[in-house]
Amino acid sequence: MNYVTSTTSGPPLTADEAQALRCVAGYMIPASDEYRVPGADDEQIFANIASTLGRETDAVRKGLQRLDELADGSFAGLAADARNVTLMKLAVSDLPLLSALVTVIVRCYYRDDRVMQSLNMEVRPPFPKGFEVEQGDWSLLDPVRARGRIYRDAP
Amino acid sequence: MSKVEPVDVLIIGAGASGAAVAWSLAETRMRIVCLEQGDWVNSSDYPANYRDWETRQMGDFGINPNRRANFADYPINEDESPIKVANFNGVGGGTILYAGHFPRVHPSDFRVRTLDGVADDWPIGYATLEPYFAVNDRMMGVAALAGDPAYPPKEAVMPPLPLGKTGTVLGRGMNKLGWHWWAADSAIATEDYEGRAKCINLGHCIAGCAQGAKASTDITYWQEAMRARVEVRTRCRVREITTNADGMASGVIYYDAEGKECHQPAEIVIVACNGIGTPRLLLNSASSRFPNGLANSSGLVGRNLMLHPYGSITGFFDEPMDGYRGPHIGTWSQQFYETDRSRGFVRGYTYQFVRGAGPVYAALMGMTALRIPWGHEHHRAMRRVFDHTAGMVSICEDLPEEHNTVTIDPVLKDAHGIPAPKIRYAISENSRKMLDFSLARGTEILKAAGAYDVATAAPMPHAGWHLMGTARMGTDPERSVVNEWGRSHDVKNLFIVDGSIFVTSAGVNPTATIQALALYIADNIKQRLANLFD
Repeated sequence: MNYVTSTTSGPPLTADEAQALRCVAGYMIPASDEYRVPGADDEQIFANIASTLGRETDAVRKGLQRLDELADGSFAGLAADARNVTLMKLAVSDLPLLSALVTVIVRCYYRDDRVMQSLNMEVRPPFPKGFEVEQGDWSLLDPVRARGRIYRDAP
Repeated sequence: MSKVEPVDVLIIGAGASGAAVAWSLAETRMRIVCLEQGDWVNSSDYPANYRDWETRQMGDFGINPNRRANFADYPINEDESPIKVANFNGVGGGTILYAGHFPRVHPSDFRVRTLDGVADDWPIGYATLEPYFAVNDRMMGVAALAGDPAYPPKEAVMPPLPLGKTGTVLGRGMNKLGWHWWAADSAIATEDYEGRAKCINLGHCIAGCAQGAKASTDITYWQEAMRARVEVRTRCRVREITTNADGMASGVIYYDAEGKECHQPAEIVIVACNGIGTPRLLLNSASSRFPNGLANSSGLVGRNLMLHPYGSITGFFDEPMDGYRGPHIGTWSQQFYETDRSRGFVRGYTYQFVRGAGPVYAALMGMTALRIPWGHEHHRAMRRVFDHTAGMVSICEDLPEEHNTVTIDPVLKDAHGIPAPKIRYAISENSRKMLDFSLARGTEILKAAGAYDVATAAPMPHAGWHLMGTARMGTDPERSVVNEWGRSHDVKNLFIVDGSIFVTSAGVNPTATIQALALYIADNIKQRLANLFD
């Protein structure tokens, strides 16, 4: 691990790098008519992804470079089956880089209003409304009580 | 260097233990100052206030200081450890980001040598700490269910957290197997309590509680301590503890909020910097009088680092679970806590049952584990996983081993140029066997509860929440750093009150015990004031 005293955000992605990331995003999470959701390459979602790379910027850049290396050229130029194989190769050879790519994509995709609604989520932050959790029935513990103590005494 | 007005008591660190010791000593009306390298956290900054709450949990409120790299954080070289450190630097310390899981250690945990023939006994026992556990439970506001057969009787300050779908399903599974489980003791208010609003199930308490229901010490102990005139000085990072010709601590050198170097004289110095920050400070305080570091005549400062290896067992269910709603914790099991040598290892562990994750974490975990595919099948698989998981982590007792260490990194420094710590840590064979056992039994539990599939992982790499053992307590100055009431064997006005002084780690989250120890040491200081330095 490269331990640091400051963030490793690095310079923003170039236009080519951003286009490559958009290609990865659209392949990983495509639009779906069945679930009525956009893809992760949706204009609004991707703008969010590109502007919030933050601490992941350097790792994303390396991940994109590694994908091109594994593709023997350009990941974006591959057919769908070959993209899948290439991403699998990255997962096997360098999971942290794959994880960085997935992280920046899913953290913007799964806070999009359309996507949250498709997951039956309320489109809001947790606070201040909170959530309901059923209290449950603590009589479920009766058999545990009945078995008695299990701790050891100590001198 | 600026010299500031002397104080009677100087506390270094405003986390779980620093807050407790400050509150207890406040009644003496001594002049007490606490230096904290971080700042107060504003509850409106916590991630749960925002739509991108899961993203914010990965940033300024992330658990790893190297990743977070906020102004208050110091770097830690953890290259030689499979488990990375989780902490928070600020008023409240680790309690800002902990889950609020609040078990006590057990009576047998104090007598591991006597009962199980391993490690060392503590110089105190459960009965010594019991009254301090009780005070601490009331100060922090602990939700619990009385009558847990895994413990001696103890008070439940508030009703337990809701069982929820997760607790119900997993509890039924445990009952099928005939194994112990119970409502977890939780430092989370389930009713309005001492100015704190009750929990509204925001979920994911480990990024700070926007509601103020979780008991972080910035909103519990510190509020009362400051009303009793204890001063908390934030953004003040201590570089070293100074000593005088008598071999006593004379104060500290620190950098204030403007970066100015200051000397704070003090009659009593109390270190509360956690199991990594404390040995770092003591080792950085080496001088001609104490060439191997302060309070280190035993050579044990920084040795015996214990981290609690965690196993993770996740079940996938057809029926919906609680998902991201509600505190992550809720119930626990200590079926495998006490030693049973037929299992192939000594000592034991706690299962902490956990609810699910938000959509970002569900997708991230699922996709990197290749459980949720990319491409067109992604959406169907995501919906099968999201809100449909429940499981547990196993918190395994880690025995002390001198080769697990905190030392000073020869190169790495923090923003003030203070040498940073390096940890070296390896999981023992006993811990490995315990982890494997916990994964196997956990899988049985989830299958009994109806999971159609189970995923396991151990050790969890980013689970170094519990930092213990690096300035252990004991009666023998050659085998311990502090005595049986927290005073340095070598420096008679120097005390340590954090997890460093644990002799063994037990198989539970340590915060309740850390705070009980801090209250116990504070009481000893108060009772011995007339001859404290003898």
